[in-house]
Amino acid sequence: MDHEHCHSLLNSLSDYVEGDLSEELCAEIERHLQSCENCRVVIDTLRKTVYLYHATAADPPVMPQDVKERLYTRLDLNEFLNPSP
Amino acid sequence: MDREKRKEEDFSLPRLRAGDRAEFARLVDAYSGVIYRLGLKMLDDPQDAEDILQETFIKAYRYLKDFDGRSSLSTWLYRIATNEALMLIRKRKNVPLSFDEALDPDQEIEKPLQILDWCCMPEKELMSAEARLYMQQAVEQLSPGLRAVFVLRDIEGLSTEETSRVLNLSESAVKTRLSRARMRLRELLTAYFGERMSALGLVEPGDD
Repeated sequence: MDHEHCHSLLNSLSDYVEGDLSEELCAEIERHLQSCENCRVVIDTLRKTVYLYHATAADPPVMPQDVKERLYTRLDLNEFLNPSP
Repeated sequence: MDREKRKEEDFSLPRLRAGDRAEFARLVDAYSGVIYRLGLKMLDDPQDAEDILQETFIKAYRYLKDFDGRSSLSTWLYRIATNEALMLIRKRKNVPLSFDEALDPDQEIEKPLQILDWCCMPEKELMSAEARLYMQQAVEQLSPGLRAVFVLRDIEGLSTEETSRVLNLSESAVKTRLSRARMRLRELLTAYFGERMSALGLVEPGDD
């Protein structure tokens, strides 16, 4: 990561991981990755970081029943707390 | 029915604007789960998340009559909730309002310092309860401005455009902040998983 070239690519790495770059810039990064082990590691671990957060976010949100009950009470919506399906 | 996938058109705007209680209860039912999770991810404290949840829907009910429908209802709710969360963070941490600006979330990205390939660690290590806890704590280490973008984009799955509407930022500012947040988290996760690799004997001493 000491090369000037690596640094200039840094701002594009997130977009690269997202597949959100122009073909030209993409090709430039891929050319650079062939010769730069450090950047390859950064890209791989960046991709894995995003993957791990996406994976933990996949669980549906869980709101405890008592939190829900207090919310409905605060909003004066108790009559709608357990609507029949 | 998947509540998160509920369509906007399921709600009657005229009835919501008129203060219809039953219609508002349906809105609360549909979105309270995601708003609660947003609060948890932003502050990592169940009591704070509950405060954000309650304030969000109190404000929503109060201001629905002024909702102009230019953004979607969900974007509007996210916006109220995110503002509540940011206000609470500033209050809790006693951070001055200029905190974000002082650190300039849009400045150039920092150089990666940790170069270590931990991608090949076993999945059960990467997704262990301890690792998940560390990942959540890492999010809390982001500055509030970066954290809001990261939570909306990478946890809640909003698009760049939606996130820019929620936070009233340009799309390019959202991209820059997301990029900085991800790189910062990569650093933190590399430090953590690097230690785990050493502990598991997956890396030679001095190999990093």
